[in-house]
Amino acid sequence: MTKNLRVKSSEYIDETNRISFKFNGKTYHGFKGDTLASALLANNVHLVGRSFKYHRPRGIMTSGSEEPNAIVQINPGSNRTEPNVRATEVEIYEGLEASSQNCWPNVEFDIGGINNILSPFLPAGFYYKTFMWPASFWEKYEFFIRHSAGLGKSPTSSDPDIYDHRNIHCDVLVVGAGISGILAAKNAAKNNFKTLLVDEKNELGGSTIYENNEFNKIDKNAPSEWLKKEIEELKNIKNLEIKTRTSVAAYHQYNYLLARENLTDHLEIKDKTNKIRQRLLKIRARKVILATGSLERPLIFDNNDRPGIMLSSAVKKYSEFYGVACGSKNVFFTNNDSAYESALSLHNKGINVEAIIDIRNQSESKIVKKVIESGIKIYWSHSIVDTDGYKRLNSVSVMKLSNDGTSVTGNKISISCNCLGVAGGWTPAVHLYTQSGSKLKFDEEKQIFLPNQNTSEQISVGSCDGDFKIDEIITNLNKKLKDYLNINETDLDNTKVEIDQENSKRNIWLLPSDKPLGKTKPFVDYQNDATAKDIKLALREGFRSIEHVKRYTTTGMGTDQGKLGNMHALGIIADTAGVKMGELGTTTFRPPYTPLTFGTIVGRNVGKFFDIFRRTPMNDWHVENKAEFENVGQWKRAWYYPINGETMHQAVQRESKAARESAGILDASTLGKIDIQGSDASEFLNRVYTNAWSKLAIGKCRYGLMLNEDGMVYDDGVTTRLGENHYIMSTTTGGAANVLGKLEDYLQTEWPELDVYLTSVTDHYATVSLCGPNSKKILKKITPDLDLSDENFPHMSFKETNIGNIQCRIMRISFTGELSFEINVQASYGKDLWEKCMEAGKEFNITPYGTETMHLLRAEKGFIIVGQDTDGTMTPIDLQMDWIVSKKKYDFIGKRSLYRSDTMREDRKQLVGLLTDDPNVVLEEGAQIVSELNKSPVEMLGHVTSSYFSPNLNKSIALAVVRGGKDMMGKKLFVPMENKNINVTVANPVFYDAKNERLNA
Amino acid sequence: MFLINCPYCGERDQQEFKAGGEAHIERPKEPTELSDDEWAEYLFMRKNIKGVQFERWNHTHGCRKWFNMIRDTSNDEIKAIYKMGEKPPSQ
Ligand SMILES: [Zn+2]
Repeated sequence: MTKNLRVKSSEYIDETNRISFKFNGKTYHGFKGDTLASALLANNVHLVGRSFKYHRPRGIMTSGSEEPNAIVQINPGSNRTEPNVRATEVEIYEGLEASSQNCWPNVEFDIGGINNILSPFLPAGFYYKTFMWPASFWEKYEFFIRHSAGLGKSPTSSDPDIYDHRNIHCDVLVVGAGISGILAAKNAAKNNFKTLLVDEKNELGGSTIYENNEFNKIDKNAPSEWLKKEIEELKNIKNLEIKTRTSVAAYHQYNYLLARENLTDHLEIKDKTNKIRQRLLKIRARKVILATGSLERPLIFDNNDRPGIMLSSAVKKYSEFYGVACGSKNVFFTNNDSAYESALSLHNKGINVEAIIDIRNQSESKIVKKVIESGIKIYWSHSIVDTDGYKRLNSVSVMKLSNDGTSVTGNKISISCNCLGVAGGWTPAVHLYTQSGSKLKFDEEKQIFLPNQNTSEQISVGSCDGDFKIDEIITNLNKKLKDYLNINETDLDNTKVEIDQENSKRNIWLLPSDKPLGKTKPFVDYQNDATAKDIKLALREGFRSIEHVKRYTTTGMGTDQGKLGNMHALGIIADTAGVKMGELGTTTFRPPYTPLTFGTIVGRNVGKFFDIFRRTPMNDWHVENKAEFENVGQWKRAWYYPINGETMHQAVQRESKAARESAGILDASTLGKIDIQGSDASEFLNRVYTNAWSKLAIGKCRYGLMLNEDGMVYDDGVTTRLGENHYIMSTTTGGAANVLGKLEDYLQTEWPELDVYLTSVTDHYATVSLCGPNSKKILKKITPDLDLSDENFPHMSFKETNIGNIQCRIMRISFTGELSFEINVQASYGKDLWEKCMEAGKEFNITPYGTETMHLLRAEKGFIIVGQDTDGTMTPIDLQMDWIVSKKKYDFIGKRSLYRSDTMREDRKQLVGLLTDDPNVVLEEGAQIVSELNKSPVEMLGHVTSSYFSPNLNKSIALAVVRGGKDMMGKKLFVPMENKNINVTVANPVFYDAKNERLNA
Repeated sequence: MFLINCPYCGERDQQEFKAGGEAHIERPKEPTELSDDEWAEYLFMRKNIKGVQFERWNHTHGCRKWFNMIRDTSNDEIKAIYKMGEKPPSQ
C-alpha cells in the first residue's frame, strides 16, 4: 500500500483540488500545486529511473531544474510526448501520464542493471576505447550499446501544439525572482526603468519564500513573511512585467538573451488545444541583473546515488513548500549549517530525524544549538562511508573522520534510515554569467567560483554573486543597485536584518572510505554515471585539461550539464593533480541552461512556413495543368507537365521534341533581373563581365559571363541595352541575390566614383519564353503591329511594344538554339500573357515545357548551366569559352587570375561532350570518368555534369569535365558503374545545330 | 548576437547584417602589372587576427550599405563603426 506522506497543509498546495495522474501505468493522486516529483514523494515513490550507463536504480534528488536523475517521458505514446523532462519541473494536472526512461522492461526489473555488475569492464573512456578496437569487435558491442544508450523516445507523429517567438526590448532584465531578483526588479521599475522579471518557477520568491530559520528576521518579520509583502507590492508597480514559468536558456553577447516561456504545460490536455504552448522570448536588454541564485552541492561518497538520497535543501523544500515528508526515518549528512535547517523543518513537523553526520568538528550557531536541544544525535567529525538498499536506501554506514580528512577510523556504525539529506555547500549559479562571455575567479576562502570580470552591461546580485546570508544579500544588493542604476535611494536603505548564519564549512571534495577507491562507487555525475574513480583514471591516463577530462569521463555532459557535480569533478582533479582549483579553470557552460523543445526553437516556422517559397505569377496555371515542380533556390519552378500518366522521361521527351519541331512555352520569370542605370553603366558592365560592352547598340542584347576575382565562372546571362544609360541584366535563377550583392559591393567599396544605380526587378516582371520554329507566328498573332522580320528584329535584339494595353519588352534571344522570344510584362499580367500565348499557339500545338526540358535542350546545344556544369573551379578557358574573354580590355573582375600559373595549366579539368558507345545508355550525372580499367587505384579524370537522352538526336548525350579534356577529342574513356563499365567517346559539346541555323529558322 | 550600429540606420540586430571579411584591402589599380605572388597576396591572404581586427560589414536586410567595423575578435567587442572611404577613428 502506498501511504500518503503529507505532513502539513501548505499554502502552495490546494488540497481541495485533488488530481489523479499515472506514473509507469499506475494511478496516483496529488494536489494542485504539486510537481510530479512532490506528488510521487507524497506517494512514497522514490525509484523513478535508471542511470544511463550502469542502469542503477535512481530516485528524485532535487526540487528544481538541476535534477540529474528523475528524468521522465511525459505522456508516452501520444503526439504530445516529450522525453528527458525533469519530474521536479512538471506541474501535475488531471490526466498527466509519465514514465521512467532508460530501463527495460520496467524500472523495477531492468535488464540493463547487469551493467552495474559488469561495471569493472565499463570504465571511463569505455566508448572511446571501444571505438578504437577492431571493427569486428564494434559490431558485437553495437547491439548492446544501442539498446542501452539513449534517453527517452522522440514523438513519432507531428506535434499538435503551437509555438511562438516574441522580441522584447527592455531597460532592465532581472533573471531570477528570489529575494534578490524581486528587490532588484522592484527598485529598477520604481526608478522608471522598463523592467522585465523572469523566473523558471510558477511562484515568485525563490527559497526565501519558505525560509524557516527562526533566528533570521527582516524588519522583525520572518524573511518569508516579509518577502510575501514585497511580492504583493510588485502588482502595483508600473514599468514592470513579470514572467513566471520562464527559463532563460541562453545569454549571448550584447545582452541578447533567449528565454522559454511555458504557457500550457501545466494545463489539462483539453485546455492545451489551440493555445500557444511555449514562447521563445528574444530579449534585448540595456542592462541585465543576474539573480540566478545558487545550487546546493551533494557530497561524494561510496554509493551516494541510491533512491532516497537527496539534497538536504530539497528535503526542506518538499517539507516546507509542498508539505511532503521525503522519508519516515531521516538522516542528514553535511559540511555546513544548512542541513540543520532542513532537520529542524522535519523535526518541527513531528517527522523522525535519526541523526546528522557532520564532517566538521563543531558549529557555534544558534540553529545548531537548537538541533542539539531538540535531541537529534549529531556525529561530529564523522563521514558516511557506504549506504545500503537497492531500490530504496535502508541504512548508512558511518565512521570517524581523521583530522586531515583523508581517511576514516574506528568502528563502522550503521544507522537505519530511508531518506538521506546531503548538504555539500552552495555553488553560485554562474552558468548564464559565463555564457555572456564574462569571466569567473575562484574564491579560495569560500571555495567557489564567483563573477569577476563583466564583459556585458550586467551585474550579479545575491547568492549567484556569493552573498549567501540575508544581511549580506540586502546590504550588497542595495549598494549595487544604487551604483548600477545610478539612483540615490532605495526601499532597502532602512531595512533591518537580524541573522544567525555561520559560514563555517569544511570542504572535502571526495570523502574517504574504508575500502580502496577501486571498490567504491562515489558518483560525481549522476546522470552520466561518472564516478570519482573514472576521473582519477582519466588523470592517470594522462588527461590534464579539464575540458578533456570532461569529455573522456562524460562528466557534465548529460542533459543537466552536471549542475550538481561539476565542482566536485574540479576539486578531485585539483587535489589529485596537486594544483589549485583557481588555476584549473572551469568547463564551459553552454546554452541552453535547461533543454529547449525543437518546437520552441522553430516557433511558427513549421510546415509551409518552414522556408519561404517564391512562386511566379503563372504558378496557378502550372498547378491547374498538373505540372510537377522542382525547387530552384526558393523558387517553385514547373519541372515538367505530364499528360495521360506519362513518366517524367516520357513527358520530357515529348516536350523537347515539340519545342524543336513546332513551338514550346516556358515560364522564365524566375531568372534574376537587375535594372542598371547611370552615366557609367557601360563602363560598369565592362568591368564586371569578361566581354566588351561599350559598343553594344541601344536595343541590342549580349550574353555575358561574370567571374569571381579568382577567375572562376560565377554567373551568366543576357543583358539588354534599353537606353544610353540604361541596361537590364538577367542572372541565373539561383544567383540573382548574390550577383546583386557582389555588384553592390564593387560599386560601394572599389568604384564609388562610378555613377551607377542597381535595382533588383526580378519580382517586377513575368517572363514568357516562346521557342521553336513557329514561335514567330504565335508572337505575330498577339503583336500584329510589330515588325518581326529578321531585318527589323534580328536575333539578340530587343523591342518595346504593347500586347493589347499591356506594355511589354520582347527580347529575341535563345537558350535552346531555336528561334525564340522572351516576353517580359509587369508581373501582375504574367498569367494573362501566358494564357494569350497558349491560345494563340493552339493551332501550332504549343507545348508548355518545364526546367527539365529546358536543361535538355540547352545541353543539346552545349550551353552551360552555372552551378551544374561549373562548380566554382572552372574558368571560361576550362569551359572552352575563350571567345567570350576580351583580350583588349585592360581589366575586368577576375582577369588577372586567368594568367596565374595554376589557371593556365593544360591539365585542368575542361568541359567536353561525351557520347556513349551504346546510344541508348544514359550516363549518371556525377559519375566518375577514367581512362583505363583493370587498374587500382585508378586516376579519376573527371565527372559527368549533365546527361540526357536527346529525342531530337535519338541518342544519349552528356557534358563532362575531364582533366586535359580539350585535347582528347575522339578519345575512348570509361565510366565505371557499380555493375558495368560504360564505354564513352569524348566529343564536341555542341551536339545539335553546330552552325546555329535554327536561330533564324 | 551583436547589436550593430549601422551608420545609416542606427542600432539593429546582427541577423540583419552580413560580415564581409577584412577591411582596407584595396583592389589593385593595375592588376596586370602584378606578379603571381603579388596578385595572390591580394586575392587570398587575410590576417584573421585574434584581437583587434578591421572588418567590412553589409546591412543586407536593411539599407544594403557597406561599412567598416573595428572588432576585437577575442571578445567580440565592437570598438568602432565608420563609413566606407572614411579613415578608421583612432582608438
Ligand atoms: Zn543600414
